[in-house]
Amino acid sequence: MKAVCWEGTTKVEVKNVPDPKILNPRDAIIKITSTAICGSDLHLYDGYVPTMKKGDILGHEFMGEVVELGSAVKNVQKGDRVVVPFTISCGNCFFCNRDLWSLCDNSNPNAWIAEKLMGHSPSGLFGYSHMLGGYAGGQAEYARVPFADVGLFKIPEGLSDDQVLFLTDIFPTGYMAAENCDIKPGDTVAIWGCGPVGQFAIRSAYMLGADRVIAIDRVPERLQMAKEQGKAEILNYEEVDVGEALKEMTGGRGPDACMDAVGMEAHGTGLEGFYDEAKQALRLETDRPTALRQVIVACRKGGTVSIPGVYGGFIDKMPMGAAMNKGLTMKMGQTHVHRYLKPLLEHIQNGDIDPSFVITHRMKLEDAPKGYETFKHKKDNCIKVVLKP
Amino acid sequence: MELTPQDKSSEQSPESIEAGDKERWASLIGGGAMVLMGLRQRSLRGVLMAVAGGGLLYQGAKKQSTLKQAQEAMGLNQPIKVEKTVTINKPAAELYSYWRDFAKLPTFMKHLESVTLIDSKKSHWVAKAPLDASVEWDAEIIQERENELIAWASAEDADIENSGFVRFKPAPDDRGTEVKVVLEYNPPGGAIASAVAKLFGEEPEQQIGDDLRRFKQLMEAGEIATTEGQPSGRE
Ligand SMILES: NC(=O)c1ccc[n+]([C@@H]2O[C@H](COP(=O)([O-])OP(=O)(O)OC[C@H]3O[C@@H](n4cnc5c(N)ncnc54)[C@H](O)[C@@H]3O)[C@@H](O)[C@H]2O)c1
Ligand SMILES: [Zn+2]
Ligand SMILES: [Zn+2]
Repeated sequence: MKAVCWEGTTKVEVKNVPDPKILNPRDAIIKITSTAICGSDLHLYDGYVPTMKKGDILGHEFMGEVVELGSAVKNVQKGDRVVVPFTISCGNCFFCNRDLWSLCDNSNPNAWIAEKLMGHSPSGLFGYSHMLGGYAGGQAEYARVPFADVGLFKIPEGLSDDQVLFLTDIFPTGYMAAENCDIKPGDTVAIWGCGPVGQFAIRSAYMLGADRVIAIDRVPERLQMAKEQGKAEILNYEEVDVGEALKEMTGGRGPDACMDAVGMEAHGTGLEGFYDEAKQALRLETDRPTALRQVIVACRKGGTVSIPGVYGGFIDKMPMGAAMNKGLTMKMGQTHVHRYLKPLLEHIQNGDIDPSFVITHRMKLEDAPKGYETFKHKKDNCIKVVLKP
Repeated sequence: MELTPQDKSSEQSPESIEAGDKERWASLIGGGAMVLMGLRQRSLRGVLMAVAGGGLLYQGAKKQSTLKQAQEAMGLNQPIKVEKTVTINKPAAELYSYWRDFAKLPTFMKHLESVTLIDSKKSHWVAKAPLDASVEWDAEIIQERENELIAWASAEDADIENSGFVRFKPAPDDRGTEVKVVLEYNPPGGAIASAVAKLFGEEPEQQIGDDLRRFKQLMEAGEIATTEGQPSGRE
C-alpha cells in the first residue's frame, strides 16, 4: 500500500510499504477513505518530537471502512464505516474506566521510554513517535487499529467524511480544551492560536456558554475565520500588545480563562522570540513556550488556564510566580477522544456544527509532501488539509 | 501479617535463622514500604530460606564454591537485587492463579523459553540466551500463600542462582491489586557470564518492569500491546 513516511526533519515521502496485518485478537484493519494533517504532525515534521525513526508511517486523524477483524472484535462488522480516535486505549484499565482515555495504561509497548522522560507513560498514539507507542499511522491506504472493539466508532448514514473526520482529534480537542476552561456565565475566554484546534475551541467555548471569546493569532485568514465562523473578537499579536489589549477589553480584570492552542512551536516576537528560537535550535530547550507565558500572565486572578497545545519536554522562563501568586488552575492533556466522540457526533447530527468549515485544502495522498509544506508555511491561506487515499 | 512457614524443621540449621527474621519478613512483604530498603545488607535468599526453614535447596552462605570465593575476593560478587511493583485492575485471586501456573509465565516474561512443572513445588526453567546457549535451572517454591504470595529459590547447581517472590496485595478502594516482584540473583562467572549479562541486560530493573507491564496488559486488556509485524517505510 501507499503510506506517508517520515524521512527526517521536514521530509516526508509517500512510499510503497507492506499492507498492515492483524497482530492481536482485538485488532481491526481499516481501508482509509479520508485522513488529515494535524498541527501535531508539524511538531514531528519539524523534528521536535524525540524518538521518531526514518520510515515511520505518519497520521492520526483518519477514518474509513472495516475490512478485517481480529477474533475478539464482535461489536463491529466488515464494511462498517468508522472513525478512529487518535488515542489508543484498552477500555479496561483504571484510566479508561475513569474516562481518561489518553492516559491508558496498556496501549504503549514502549512505555519505558516515556517513563524515563515523564515518570509515567500516557497512552499510545497513532503515528506519533516510538516513545508514544511507535504505531504506524493513518496517512496511508490501510491502517491497523488495536483495541478496535473500543477504538472504532460507527458513523450513521447521511454524514459525509468531511463532516465526521475531525471527530478523530481536533473537534474533541477543541471541545475538551473549552471544557477545561471551566466556563461560567459571563465568562470571557481568550484563545491563543487560530489553527484548526483553536477554531474548534472557539466554537466549543460558545457551545459551553462563554459570554465572549477573544482569539489571538497573526495569520489574517485564520483570524478572519475565527471572526466570521467562530464569532470571536480577534487580536493580531503582531499589531497589539496582547496582554494590555486583553486587560482593556475586560475592564482591567483579564480573561476568566486563557487557552494555549499553539503548543511547543509558538512564534515569538522580539528578543524573547529570538531567545527561544536559538535555544530550541541548539536543543537547549525542547519547546518554545511564548504563547503559554502570555496565557499565564494575561489570565485573571483565580482564573483557569487550559493547554491543548502539545509540549514534548522542557520549557524555559515559565512564569511560575505569576501562576502561583494569581492562584491559577491549569488543565491540560492529550484529548480523551473516546469520551467526546458520541456526544459530539450528536451535535453534528443535530446540525449544531458542521466541522468541515476548517477544510481549505483537499489533496490526493500522493501529494502529502506538498500538503505538509503548504500547511506548515500557511501558504495559499491553508488552514486544514484533508488527504484522500 | 502472620506467616506460617512450612514445617521443614527437621532440615533446619539453627544458625540460619536470625532473630527477628520472621517478623522482618512479615513486615517487609506485608507493608507498603520498599522491600529492598528494608533488607539493606541482608540477602533476600537468606531471609527467604530462613523463614521457610532453610537448608531445603541451598545449603546456606557457608558452603561457597571456590569460584564464588574468587569472585568475592575480586569484589565481583554483587548480587543483583530488583524490586518492581505494578497495580493491576483485577482481583488478587485471578492474578495469583495465572501466575501460579508457571508454565504460562513465558507468555509475558520475554526472556523465558519455557517453564516445566516437575511436581507441585518444583519446576525447571529455561531462559533464552544468545548464540544457542541455554541458561537453565531448577527452582522450588519455598513459600506459598494462596492469592497473596509465591516465593521461590533456585536449586544449588543453577546456572543463575536466584530467588525471589511475587506478592499480590489489594490496592485501596477499588484500584485492583498491587503486584510486587522482588528478585535477587548472582551473576555467574565463567563462559556463561556474558550470555547471562546479555540475557538480563544492563538494566534488570527495566526488564522486570517490562515483564510486569506485559502481565498487566494481558490481565487487563486480554492481550499484549505490540507493533511487531506492522508496516513501515524501512523495509
Ligand atoms: N491536546 C491534544 O490532544 C491535541 C490534539 C491536536 C492538536 N494538538 C496541538 O494543538 C496545537 C494547535 O494545533 P493546530 O492543528 O491548530 O496547529 P496549527 O499549527 O495549525 O496552529 C497553531 C496556530 O498558532 C498560531 N501561533 C503561533 N505562535 C503564536 C503565538 N505566539 N500567539 C498566538 N498564536 C500563535 C499560528 O499562527 C497558528 O495559526 C498544536 O500544538 C497541536 O500539537 C493537541
Ligand atoms: Zn491531531
Ligand atoms: Zn486503558
